[in-house]
Amino acid sequence: MLMRRIIPCFDVNNGRVVKGISFVELRDAGDPVELAKIYEREGADELVFLDITASSDDRATVYDMVAATADQVFIPFTVGGGIRSVTDMKIMLELGAEKVSINTSAIQTPELINDGAYRFGSQAIVVAIDARRVPGEHGAWEVYTHGGRNPTGMDAVEWAKEAVQRGAGELLVTSMDTDGHQKGYDLGMLRAISEAVTVPVIASGGAGGPEHMAQALTQGAADAVLAASIFHFGTYSIRQVKEYLAGEGIPVRLEPHHA
Amino acid sequence: MSKNVVIVDYGAGNIRSVARAVAHVDGAPVVSADPDDIDRAEALILPGVGAAADTMENLRSRNVIGPVMEYIAAGRPFLGVCMGLQALLDWSEENGGTDCLGVLPGKILRFSSEGRKVPHMGWNTVEWTREHAITEGIPSGSAFYFVHSYHPTVDDPALALGMTEYGVTFPSAVGRDNVVATQFHPEKSGETGLRLYSNFLTWARSAAFVSFAGAGTST
Repeated sequence: MLMRRIIPCFDVNNGRVVKGISFVELRDAGDPVELAKIYEREGADELVFLDITASSDDRATVYDMVAATADQVFIPFTVGGGIRSVTDMKIMLELGAEKVSINTSAIQTPELINDGAYRFGSQAIVVAIDARRVPGEHGAWEVYTHGGRNPTGMDAVEWAKEAVQRGAGELLVTSMDTDGHQKGYDLGMLRAISEAVTVPVIASGGAGGPEHMAQALTQGAADAVLAASIFHFGTYSIRQVKEYLAGEGIPVRLEPHHA
Repeated sequence: MSKNVVIVDYGAGNIRSVARAVAHVDGAPVVSADPDDIDRAEALILPGVGAAADTMENLRSRNVIGPVMEYIAAGRPFLGVCMGLQALLDWSEENGGTDCLGVLPGKILRFSSEGRKVPHMGWNTVEWTREHAITEGIPSGSAFYFVHSYHPTVDDPALALGMTEYGVTFPSAVGRDNVVATQFHPEKSGETGLRLYSNFLTWARSAAFVSFAGAGTST
């Protein structure tokens, strides 16, 4: 049976993980590779690195990080942030990322989705959608760019359908309303998008505990859940989340540890 | 003459990932399309991702089909991964029909998209259907990472090593004699996948293959 996926997400600046991460076992809380290895061992199904490095002159730091991660981590990982061309995609995939994620650049140049999917296959192209509930309207969400700062006037469900039509192999859907509040994902938006497309949807924004993830995977009809804080701050381990989900009858990968 | 683990280099997208996984469990492999390297290999791995027609065309244009077929025919240890499995069968439905190598009798068919998402992407379980050295210590029902839109079928059910369900139940690992192959990506399947690579190399160096020691130098 195909498993639902649990995906920790890291924000990376100049090749270093930002946001305090409190693991006692960590020698270097900013080292993405060390963190990735810990999460892999704990049972993460995939990883997402979001490069937030402001200057595009500093791409070398993220390239080094991707290569080092690929050398030592043997689960799929996605790199997002700063990917604006097929060449950018190619570099990341050749360095060892399984997928690339595009957001603002996909809205500015939607053909980038087509070109990337044609060149590398849909399975390598994730389109990230940041959206907010439209005030006063039921069941309507508007797409934002630039980390949720700029409204686009685009309807999130329509954009999701277009992205998939153009070749997106997966959608990473973040609610800017629920993000950071740890009170649960926007289940209405997740469900509306999941039901409108034929590719997997990753739920993002708002996880405060395993019950929220269970909701996203059932009521939200998501295929995977992404979270940052609850894992990074050690509130829940990935294994705890997976054991909870398994108890709810949701198929998750709970491997016995090999010697 | 040195003996090496050789990964067939024909431009497949996952060569580096496979090489990294092998390096992690065994030390750096040789990535090569050179017939001499293939002839000297103590274990040969054929990776692959992408479309069937491209895969076959790339194998042809790099002139590796001959050396690979000779290697397999000599009964030496061989592992195919993803398209490296599909290439071993007779024919694929992909790209309007693509002839493959015909090492194992079987066909590649497209998943029905009815009620499910294609590609089949993510972690799915594999139930072993018989014992094999490459699955040693990996419990039946373990999850591996898959990414594919077409799935193998085999004419003889005894060719299957493990089965996976995704709308249809298909052989996700196959094997006969010296040849094993997986539809899933052990190099993206964490500890479980690394174990499979290490099992393959242990098997390749085991008594089952000692008669081929020095095979590459005998000609």
